[in-house]
Amino acid sequence: MAIVGVVASGNLEALFERTDDESACRVEISTAAHGFQPLWEAVLRDFVARGAGGLRISINDGGARPDMVALRLAQGLRLMQGPEA
Amino acid sequence: MSQATTKTQRRVSWFEATARQRLAALLDPGSFTEFLGPAAREISPHLALFSLPAQFDDGIVIGKAKLRGHEVFAAAQEGRFMGGAFGEVHGAKLVGLLRAAKAASRDAVLLLDTGGVRLQEANAGELAISEIIRAIVDLRTGGHSVIGLIGGRAGCFGGGGIIAGCCTRLIVSEPGRISVSGPEVIETNRGVEEFDSQDRALVWRTMGGKHRYLTGGADCFVDDDTAAFRAAAIENLAGRTPLTVSVLEAEQARLKARLRRFGTAKDGSEVWQALGVTNPASVPGMDTEEFLNAVRAVRESADDAR
Amino acid sequence: MPGKNWTTQKAALAERIEAGGRYATGKLVQPGDLGEFFEAVLRAGDRVCLEGDNQKQADLLAQALAELNPARVHGLHMVQSGIVLPEHLDMFEKGIAKRLDYSYSGPQSARIARMLFSGKIELGAVHTYLELFARYFIDLTPNVALIAAVSADRDGNLYTGPNTEDTPTVVEATSYKSGLVVAQVGEIVERVPRVDIPGDLVHFVVPAGKPFFVEPLFTRDPAAITETQILTAMLAIKGIYAPYNVRRLNHGIGFNTAAIELLLPTYGEQLGLRGQVCTHFALNPHPSLIPAIEAGWVEQIHCFGSEVGMEDYIAARPDVFFTGPDGSLRSNRAFCQTAGLYACDMFIGSTLQIDLAGNSSTVTTNRVAGFGGAPNMGSDPHGRRHPSAPWLQAGKEADDTTPPLLRRGRKLVVQIGESFGAKNEPLFVERLDALSLAEKLNLELAPVMVYADDVTHIVTEEGIANLLLCRDKDEHEQAIRGVAGYTEIGRQRDRKMVERLRTRGVIQRPEDLGIDPLDADRNMLAARSMKDLMTASGGLYQPPSRFRNW
Repeated sequence: MAIVGVVASGNLEALFERTDDESACRVEISTAAHGFQPLWEAVLRDFVARGAGGLRISINDGGARPDMVALRLAQGLRLMQGPEA
Repeated sequence: MSQATTKTQRRVSWFEATARQRLAALLDPGSFTEFLGPAAREISPHLALFSLPAQFDDGIVIGKAKLRGHEVFAAAQEGRFMGGAFGEVHGAKLVGLLRAAKAASRDAVLLLDTGGVRLQEANAGELAISEIIRAIVDLRTGGHSVIGLIGGRAGCFGGGGIIAGCCTRLIVSEPGRISVSGPEVIETNRGVEEFDSQDRALVWRTMGGKHRYLTGGADCFVDDDTAAFRAAAIENLAGRTPLTVSVLEAEQARLKARLRRFGTAKDGSEVWQALGVTNPASVPGMDTEEFLNAVRAVRESADDAR
Repeated sequence: MPGKNWTTQKAALAERIEAGGRYATGKLVQPGDLGEFFEAVLRAGDRVCLEGDNQKQADLLAQALAELNPARVHGLHMVQSGIVLPEHLDMFEKGIAKRLDYSYSGPQSARIARMLFSGKIELGAVHTYLELFARYFIDLTPNVALIAAVSADRDGNLYTGPNTEDTPTVVEATSYKSGLVVAQVGEIVERVPRVDIPGDLVHFVVPAGKPFFVEPLFTRDPAAITETQILTAMLAIKGIYAPYNVRRLNHGIGFNTAAIELLLPTYGEQLGLRGQVCTHFALNPHPSLIPAIEAGWVEQIHCFGSEVGMEDYIAARPDVFFTGPDGSLRSNRAFCQTAGLYACDMFIGSTLQIDLAGNSSTVTTNRVAGFGGAPNMGSDPHGRRHPSAPWLQAGKEADDTTPPLLRRGRKLVVQIGESFGAKNEPLFVERLDALSLAEKLNLELAPVMVYADDVTHIVTEEGIANLLLCRDKDEHEQAIRGVAGYTEIGRQRDRKMVERLRTRGVIQRPEDLGIDPLDADRNMLAARSMKDLMTASGGLYQPPSRFRNW
């Protein structure tokens, strides 16, 4: 398990958990900002393309910009991959 | 080589760190076991009604760990989520932690970073505050220490300020602020002539870490540095003050004396002047070492009366 | 031409001096007499330079000018660096002034747009600083200059202190062409600490009784720097500063460049770049550069102006800064702009909008912010002839066919920013708002800050686009889209082409440069608060009170 970020203005928290299904990445987003579905989809599509199988990612959004979302996702993935050798 | 050393020894700011980063830096590496962690998803049942986003840990991280080999129960508030404010779950987690510490006969460390009670769940929050106070008193009368560490973004206000007052020892850094009523609350209720909340320097002169240390409101003043907080926490856990009626009576007497001595001061700097600080105006600019040297001899003694 | 009078301007100046002298004791005019004094020395339609830029302001003289009776003084043609104080526009509102040639209008940018639109102002042009200074000597020479200094002696010798800025240029153009020079000063002294302006060029002196106004425009609170800005700054340092070995440069004033300055002693040190990059600057004394200076990164800095609170620090570091015999900073905007244009190998700064061609602008539909100095810094000077490694390298990347001995070098002009800026406004747009504004105001030129053909790199949190390496219009456009993040522009990229550009190194991602997103942490900053900056300066830097949190 890994958790990155906090729920604050322009920020978000993302909880990363392992699942058994290596072929799927499940993402749940809780956000009060409406109308940004295409943006979320675009950010997540790129993220998943980099290899995020076997993960359940739960996001609580405090109105983060896409660049912050992408950064938090990259950070969480790095943490799940463990410390660098 | 020496550069690499400098790099690894770089100060990690307590003020900047998240609740989780503070715990990681404070406690023995790898020793922390979280209770009701984010994966438990024990979120606030109230925030959704206000279309406000929840946080998986409701803004407080609790668990047990070791501090230089000594087992402690620890809680850290996340000042950036809802200003670290106490809600129903947030408060219940802290109450539960303190009771668990009592049951396990362990000391507690509280990393306070809070604006007080969460407006959206005020009743539950206020109830939690009183339960937390009772749990702290229970733990202390049982002979255990509760150490408060204050130096976060939200400061320590409202009910948090009262909780701080109940701790065995308080460790504070310069950015840390401790008060019951916050600057904006005072200005709203008593007018800008009484207190200008926009005057940042005034806020720090009257509620900031240096002022609280000078007037005995905090026991220990440290750099805004996670390593300094750790060292101070270890040191302060060692000394025990059993909480008894005679301790409380002595404190009451000291608080009366403090009011007599400083009651008419209009500004923190007047209090420092009255204490005998040589050049009060220079206090805010001093670094930690300078400050401690300048005030050690004149500061009010700190005990449980805050 | 027999019989022609060749000395009409000298005669007119003598008349003005005589008329003004009736309200003066020696050269001294009291503030209370400024109204009558101005009516005596000003003529309808005069070209007037009222000193003021993005930093210092001849505020007392501006107030007095704006209070004149337009029946007596009107139709002035203002030729000045900055439209910054409300009085600068009040005088147009009242008809005291009519025509305007200027450079910068930060805080008044919305009002100036409204007044241009309603016809209250007859606009000559919006210039860069250096361009306006140049025109002072050719076709916009002032008849009267109203300037500001720290102190004066009774002969009118002026001490301009750390904020000398535009004063020598304005006085040179005015006084040597038979124009009248009036200076407001904070105080009259027996002997000025140093003579910045010789008294024989100054005709009248007004003791204001207080210092002139200065805006702390270059102070960025490190507490406000975000992780995305840190990541972007790391990209710039590792992907541009290091490979080009950029030693001589200018930084913009945004948080992105402040982040770079604060990463030099930490991240830059890790990369072993001390002494290799950022050794010489054309730059105002940015407080955020203190940690790098203290860590021995910077050899010297020449300044356009000063910065509030930095005076004691600068005076204590004369090996780095240009200082006078009195010990204080000597700034000079014209020289520093020239230095930034010709002697720097890189400009890096943020902007508000970048279009698909790479043109950038800080104009929004309702604001005319002007240019200031950025276009001088952010342009490739074709008059440059001396070689340097970054300049030759950039030239080679742009053109690999011309023989080296005939190949022009290129200045690195880098635009840096997050793909979404303040209020979630996208940095990348199909069409600049500057174009709509130009149409609305019937301007002949859209106010473009940096033209596409000058921009060499764009850096965002998504990566670096090296536009020098683009070989056609398509590549150029896709390189920009390829770093435009999740803006509309970015999402409409040709993904295959962007990947091809990436394999060629035209686009570089953080992972391509070995940058770990976990390092994009505020703990990387050499100072994270104003207090840290003060501490780093050994207590010499005294931040203005509004920036204090202690």
